[in-house]
Amino acid sequence: MHELGITCNIVAIVREAANGRKVSRVTLEVGRHSGIMADALAFCFEVVARHTELDGATLDIREVDGHARCLACGAEFAASTLYEPCACGSRRLLLLKGEELKIKTMELEEVD
Amino acid sequence: MCGHCGCGKTTAASILNLQTGTHTALEHGAPDSIPHHHEHQHGHAGHHGHAETHAHRHEHQHEHSHQHIHGDTSHVGHELENSHPEHRHLDTSVVELEARILAKNDALATKNRAWFAQWDILALNLVSSPGAGKTTLLERTIRDLKAELKLFVVEGDQSTARDGQRIRAAGAPVVQVNTGTGCHLEADMVARVLRELNPSRNSIVMIENVGNLVCPALFDLGEWAKVVVLSVTEGEDKPLKYPHMFRAARLMVLNKIDLLPHVEFDTEHAASHARQVNPDIVILPISARTGQGLDAWYGWLRALSGGRASLIVDNRHRRA
Repeated sequence: MHELGITCNIVAIVREAANGRKVSRVTLEVGRHSGIMADALAFCFEVVARHTELDGATLDIREVDGHARCLACGAEFAASTLYEPCACGSRRLLLLKGEELKIKTMELEEVD
Repeated sequence: MCGHCGCGKTTAASILNLQTGTHTALEHGAPDSIPHHHEHQHGHAGHHGHAETHAHRHEHQHEHSHQHIHGDTSHVGHELENSHPEHRHLDTSVVELEARILAKNDALATKNRAWFAQWDILALNLVSSPGAGKTTLLERTIRDLKAELKLFVVEGDQSTARDGQRIRAAGAPVVQVNTGTGCHLEADMVARVLRELNPSRNSIVMIENVGNLVCPALFDLGEWAKVVVLSVTEGEDKPLKYPHMFRAARLMVLNKIDLLPHVEFDTEHAASHARQVNPDIVILPISARTGQGLDAWYGWLRALSGGRASLIVDNRHRRA
């Protein structure tokens, strides 16, 4: 359950950036090969956010599919696993997308 | 669990220097740890090697320089000026953060890596399931090589100093880290421990991670390579089940091969599975108990020690 620790990081980063203001939404980008389960993040978020500026905020997780480039033939293809080879047979692949673990945006509530 | 944000205040993470007997509670982000408090919120995506530079250059400027408010742009300046008391309404604004969640750990790992390189120290991060034989491999390695190579050990376990004591008895300086409920070591723990351990120039620092094939794959410690230990009493399909770890490792040590006659384990299948997720992985079948195959492991260590590892280009620590 390293998702709990990761969620703590997310909340800490957003709190620091929000600087006391109320946060209504946090948008994440989580690659399908990042090693992090989106469901587990959502589960932990509610608990970790409680009694902070993020209490009750919506967690919007955008999952990013794997996309790889074959270093042998140059083809690019959707990589749904980390062990499927390229159509040419090579396993020497560069993962272009799918390892993201990022906070994209936060939405702040403002009372002016 | 996590000390970064204070949510894990009850965590019992601590370090024990087995040379001096000094026991210290570990607090992430404590004043005496290497301070990198601001880099993560700016999160300049890309090469973490640059994170620190950006961090310090932009420190404390985020309120002004990093907000891009979408939608209703007419409210951009309100919160900063704070000068419209008669004009009260609830509004929302979207702030782009583009912050890599592990940026703080990665920046510290980069610092550790630079420190190891500066002292020509080969740092290896040993990972495996619990019970694969990491500590036994280290004990044997220390006994066989201590006259020839300078070996230092960081022992990571959730609790007890038992492994640290075994390493100390084998004859290497060791600092035990107890992570409490934590399931992996993080770069700040290693940075803290290095000050206790004080490894010498041209030495090898073996970092024995918490037995776990999942989380340690995500946390760069600043090591030159991850070494994954798989034992023949485990399933030969583990590389496919835990692809992140086997993909992140440069070397797979296949341990307990003395037990092969007694277990259903196909070495060729295991090797093939490991190469499916990592075609460049080096595979060394050994028995830490009988010593079979250890010459190849020792040869691997000798070839990389004394600063020679830094001559090999490493691209394993890039992150999307």
